[in-house]
Formats: sequence, structure tokens, C-alpha cells
Amino acid sequence: MPKPEILDPQGKAVHGALPRLGFTGVSDVRQGKRFELEVAEVTDAVLAEVEKMAETLLSNPVIENFTVTVEDQQS
Amino acid sequence: MKVGVVTFPGSLDDVDAQRAVRLGGNEAVALWHGDADLKGVDAVVLPGGFSYGDYLRCGAISRFAPVMDKVVEAAKGGMPVLGICNGFQILCESHLLPGALIRNDHRKFVCRDQLLRVENNRTPWTSAYAEGQEIRIVLKNGEGGFVADAETLARIEGEGQVVARYLEVNPNGSLNDIAGVTNERGNVVGLMPHPEHAVEELTGCGLDGLGFFSSLVERTFA
Repeated sequence: MPKPEILDPQGKAVHGALPRLGFTGVSDVRQGKRFELEVAEVTDAVLAEVEKMAETLLSNPVIENFTVTVEDQQS
Repeated sequence: MKVGVVTFPGSLDDVDAQRAVRLGGNEAVALWHGDADLKGVDAVVLPGGFSYGDYLRCGAISRFAPVMDKVVEAAKGGMPVLGICNGFQILCESHLLPGALIRNDHRKFVCRDQLLRVENNRTPWTSAYAEGQEIRIVLKNGEGGFVADAETLARIEGEGQVVARYLEVNPNGSLNDIAGVTNERGNVVGLMPHPEHAVEELTGCGLDGLGFFSSLVERTFA
């Protein structure tokens, strides 16, 4: 996600479009990115590696924050 | 001087930059993104365009091109490096320059003849200009809004790392009207407007951009 203090022109565009479609009551919109990485198994080492990927390539820490979450695709 | 111009997949202005390098009195050497080889050049230009389709973030993937390992290493050793537009974005993504470039605040691509003030003429790319000189060169970008956190912004302002500032209008929402910055050492310069498009009377809006390419020579013989 863009850091709170960084202007998000795309989020603003979406925010501006909502009332035109009749959706009201949204005070702000911010737009980010979601990456889905598939790995064979989730271990602490793999998670640490993914954190590193997020920090070095997937996000730019100058302007973006990120969170890593694990979802089970087995089911 | 031998000035390398890197071509990435999606670079647009590499040939213009090579031409500007020659008009500035230097030898232009074509460098390829996939070659980890600077071919013995004395300086490097990263040209404008949409390298790797601007996928992920502008400049984010180019940063990991084989040639960039060499550019980063050379830049840290003091080699003059100039990044124009997409090249500026690549230098920020490479952490050679402070800050980042985000989508223009008005969300439209902008293309105009832009007035700038040269704030720092102590870099190898701007020494042909007088400090405070006003120049008009082409600006064309969709993601040219310069941002940095308050602390970084205060530092680069205080250290004189702002190289050029927009005059008349701020075309993209850049903080403090910043059009270009340099690193602490002063050898790496990033600029959002395109000096290589203002080097000949026949095309562009004048000759005001030529100084970015003639500065290297003047410095050599100074």
C-alpha cells in the first residue's frame, strides 16, 4: 500500500468515481497491490525470504508499506 | 569523454540521448541492459522511456538488469551518471538517489515545454549552467511526481541536492517543485524533464538542454 503520507492519485480517481455511480459515504480510497506467491511449504525460513522479496522487489519502501499473510490453498 | 547510453527493453529516448551526447562533444557508446559491461565508458546516461513496460513500478525491474550492477558499482565509485525521466526512476529504485517518483497528481500524462531553474551547477552534468539559470526543455511524463519523506526532503534541500526546480507551473505535483536531484557526492543526477530533446534548433524548444551533455567536456578541460 502507498504510505499514508504519500499521495495516491489512483485511489483519488476511484474515490471520485464512486459518487457518480451513486455510492456515497466513502470518505477516502487508497489503492495498493496484491501479489500471490505460491510456495511448496510455509516455514519461518520461507516467510523470511518472502519478507525480503517484498522489501527488495515487490514494494518500494520509500513510498510503500507491505504486509505478508499466509493463505492455505490446499483445501 | 566516452559516455555510455543504456538501452533497456522499452527505452524510447536512447538514440536521442546518444545524439545529444555527441552534440555535447563526447563519444556515445551504446550499452545493453543484458550485458554486465560498461565498455570502458567515463560516464553513463540512463535514457527515458518505459523500460520493462513500467511493470510493477517504473524502473523497479530495470534496477536488476545485469548492466545496472555495473552502473551502481561505478556510481558508488564516483562515475558521473545521469538518469532522464525513466532513467531518474531507475536511479531512485536503485537507491542511488533519494526519494521516488509517483503518478502525476492530476493523473494525466503531461507533455510541455517546461521552464526550470538550475539550482545546483556543481555536478558534472550541470557545470555548463550558471547557478540560478533559467532553462526551457521538454517535459513528458505520467509518473513524474517527486516525493520523499519530510526528513529526506529537508536533508536534500539543506545539502543543496536539488539540481533543478520547476518554474511557472508544477506539472506533476512534485514536492517543493523538484525536477531533479543529485546524490550526496554529486556525481549521480536524476532529472524528470528531457534535456536531450532540446539540443538542436530544428527540433524541440531550443538549445537549453545541451549544457547537460557539454558539461562533462568543460569539466574535463577546466
